[in-house]
Amino acid sequence: MTPPRLELRGISSGYGDMPVLDDISLSVGRGEFVSILGPSGAGKSTLFRLLTGAMAPRAGEMFFDGAPLDRNARPFAFMPQRDALMPWRRIIDNTTLGLEVQGMRRSQARTIVAPFFHEFGLAGFENHYPAELSGGMRQRAALMRTVVQGRPMLLLDEPFGALDALTRTAMQRWLEEMRAHHGWTVLLVTHDVREAVYLSDRIYVLSPRPARVVREIGVPLPRPRHRHNARTNAADIENLILETLLEPHEGPSP
Amino acid sequence: MFASSRLRRLAASFRQPFARAFPAILAVGLLYLAWEAYARFSGISPTTLPAPSRVLVQAYEYREALWDNTLPTIRATLLGFACSLAAAFVFSVLIDFFQPLRRALFPVFIISQTLPLVAIAPLVVLWFGFGLTPKILLIALVTFFPMLVALTEGYEATEEEIEQLLASMGAPRWKRFLLARLPSALPYFFAGLRISITYAVVGAIFAEYAGSAKGLGIYILNAKNNFRADLVLAAVLVSAILTLVLFAATLLVQRLAMPWTQGRRGGRR
Repeated sequence: MTPPRLELRGISSGYGDMPVLDDISLSVGRGEFVSILGPSGAGKSTLFRLLTGAMAPRAGEMFFDGAPLDRNARPFAFMPQRDALMPWRRIIDNTTLGLEVQGMRRSQARTIVAPFFHEFGLAGFENHYPAELSGGMRQRAALMRTVVQGRPMLLLDEPFGALDALTRTAMQRWLEEMRAHHGWTVLLVTHDVREAVYLSDRIYVLSPRPARVVREIGVPLPRPRHRHNARTNAADIENLILETLLEPHEGPSP
Repeated sequence: MFASSRLRRLAASFRQPFARAFPAILAVGLLYLAWEAYARFSGISPTTLPAPSRVLVQAYEYREALWDNTLPTIRATLLGFACSLAAAFVFSVLIDFFQPLRRALFPVFIISQTLPLVAIAPLVVLWFGFGLTPKILLIALVTFFPMLVALTEGYEATEEEIEQLLASMGAPRWKRFLLARLPSALPYFFAGLRISITYAVVGAIFAEYAGSAKGLGIYILNAKNNFRADLVLAAVLVSAILTLVLFAATLLVQRLAMPWTQGRRGGRR
């Protein structure tokens, strides 16, 4: 049996005296879309800091493709909460950032990212500055910057949190299509229950800080998810998650 | 569609400065008329308060002497400011990479800002003579610290998420500095530059005033000693024009260096 892409075993972490993550274990299979859902401030972003190497865990182990995660060979492409586009770089130069950091020449990086612009709905905006784009377009540019790095796994930190409801729904549909087409392995952090159910194969529900995994929920709904039969069953799963989230004293208590 | 909106923006960028400058032109014009009227009709002696028209005429009359003394001031200002800028940049980078340096150096620099120029300028001239050195030192004294503060605060203003992103891409510290912190500091740098360049002119003139072979500062001192208030004011006019030109030059450089801020006012987005 092949090992999962990413596996965390008993991860604990914190800042100073404050524990943030408490004995977190989870796994993400190859080509799987997994969401981490929890109340705000639960430590979802801390989890990403551990994965990207910005922090070291206090306890526990992290494996990638069965081998311990090497802090120097990062297999992740990370997309931060806000788009973090550099206002002084044109869109095309923003999307090549990851490749440039890897040491590629800018001209070569440009030829690599150029074919993606059409698919990401940004054709014709290569030479615009981020300030000239709408929120949804900026977010697509940020995702493109993440994808073109060619890493085996994507980490998305509340990627649509800052968008208006309509744009967010459009982006979720678009992301589902893109994922189906490319077969990305994705770990998504969100506090939007509907978004998690809409996009994920599996969902880990976290407790308030210090975060533990209180429930693991499979989402066996047919894709594409915006079809009617998927929508009706999605409501049951959304209710289940909301009940889990809104009853924090469920489970083992002291 | 985009082309036409760009054209409109371009046209507006030419029309706007005139519309915006009009109140200032009006204010200066009124001030000129009031001064002229007072000098003519109050019976005040022209050696005490010359009419502005007399200042202009005398400035034209003495244009060669004035120009002869303006060139050294320009040279001293630009050279002194360039040295000061280079030093401020080097120190800002050192401080950004070794934060303890900040705590060690900032108190020294702040104390340097408390030194009264009136007392320091003659001493510096006494130590270093009438050449360029004392002028560079005095200009550095007044402009180095503001530029250093502008740069270090600019680095600190880098968006946290951009740095986090670069870190996740595996960018080492120096790459994060070049790709994120340095460009983030540009607006702060130019804000500091606009203020400092005006200080630099004042610093140069003050250094010349304390002792120099040539320059607007020494020209002002000599004109005053000869009871030529009109020539003092003529030299002041030249230094004001010089300051304005340098100020405008910083705006131009900023436009060229930060093209992404074109056509927008204010902050991001």
